Amino acid sequence: MCLAIPGKLTAKTEEDGMLCGRVEFGGIIRTACLDFLPEAEVGEYVLVHVGFAISRIDEDEAKATLAYLEELGELQAELGALEASHEALG
Amino acid sequence: MKHLDEYRDEKLARTLVERLRRTATKPWVLMEVCGGQTHTLVRYGIDGLLPAGMEMIHGPGCPVCVTPLETIDKAIALAKTKGVILASYGDMLRVPGSMTDLLRVKAQGADVRMVYSPLDALRLARENPSREVVFFGIGFETTAPPNAAAVWQAARQGVMNFSLLASHVLVPPALRALLGAEGNRVQGLIAPGHVCVVVGLDEYRAIAREFRLPIVVGGFEPVDLLEAISMLTDQLEEGRAEVENQYTRSVRMEGNRHAQQMLADVLEVCDRKWRGLGEIPRSGLKLRAKYAAWDAEVKFKLAETRVEEPAECISALILQGHRKPTECSAFGIRCTPERPLGAPMVSAEGACAAYCQYRRHETESELAGGVR
Repeated sequence: MCLAIPGKLTAKTEEDGMLCGRVEFGGIIRTACLDFLPEAEVGEYVLVHVGFAISRIDEDEAKATLAYLEELGELQAELGALEASHEALG
Repeated sequence: MKHLDEYRDEKLARTLVERLRRTATKPWVLMEVCGGQTHTLVRYGIDGLLPAGMEMIHGPGCPVCVTPLETIDKAIALAKTKGVILASYGDMLRVPGSMTDLLRVKAQGADVRMVYSPLDALRLARENPSREVVFFGIGFETTAPPNAAAVWQAARQGVMNFSLLASHVLVPPALRALLGAEGNRVQGLIAPGHVCVVVGLDEYRAIAREFRLPIVVGGFEPVDLLEAISMLTDQLEEGRAEVENQYTRSVRMEGNRHAQQMLADVLEVCDRKWRGLGEIPRSGLKLRAKYAAWDAEVKFKLAETRVEEPAECISALILQGHRKPTECSAFGIRCTPERPLGAPMVSAEGACAAYCQYRRHETESELAGGVR
């Protein structure tokens, strides 16, 4: 339940008065809330939990973690939940 | 050594195991708190790699598992209420309450939505102004700030058809209850990495002092856990009881101040019942009175009920390390992930469910080396 996946911050935006970011996870780009990590900069890797960036993470570590989660099938499960959630909203 | 070739870094794993076998002189008993860590330990057979006699106890760190039956029943009652959209994390939809689960009531026509983020639930509310959207929000300190942020945003944006059914739990009070219980066997603790990303290390320092207990904040991959176990063993062998951080790539000493502030603004500490452990004082979080308009308990005047857990379930003994899942008479027969009797079988991150997934077909003798 506390799973968090690393992604690369590709842009900083604002949505509904919230500081947000476009984050790339293994090819899929999604919006994450940056309210808890306003200091994150474009190009950095961040750890995302239920749509919120909670920590910065080193690029090499992020890539290694992504590879591990992918091998376990957990990355696909998490990204699947993300996609499904998107569809549920229409 | 089984499974080692499956590790991301086989060489490092082998070095850590060999080092551990050289260092450990006593049958130390350690606990991992986080359900994600339990899953990794069981999946990779890490407990079977430990020096003879050393043991891992699988703690209560699966928030899906410890959500009380009464709260799940409330979510189900809300889902059946006319005009309500009930949204929650995918894991929560499959968990049976006392009679049924959310996916089943969805199949019977209730509007139940799986969401990835609490902000998705808030968006549902904005897009369906004529409906009431209830977000069934569960979780430890990692997930409480995001859930709180959705309520904070709802208040700021004046979204009045959104509410939170909160079942948040705190790790330290449950740890104190377990460590202070008569017959406690835990000698070293792997603290949950992503909880510490948010809260930092202060509270764990207090626990280390109170119980003279070595604590290492650990990550979630097999080598993370081996390293954390090795660091705990060093502390035990040297007679130290400190807080150390293995998961330095994500955890900062002070935690995440912004997330802590959000949590404190929206939520306050309350007593909470844990499935499998019972009532623990000041171990949960509820919405503060100023957010009552977004509190599903208040909004829908939900009645308190009392549901007894099945007498055959020994989850409290398992969570305290007095029994292993395979030593339960119901394990894999009357209690399975499809029809769980109690907390540790409820989600894939519970100890019993992990044993069921990876060790169901192993015999007791094959298990002997790894489990006892």
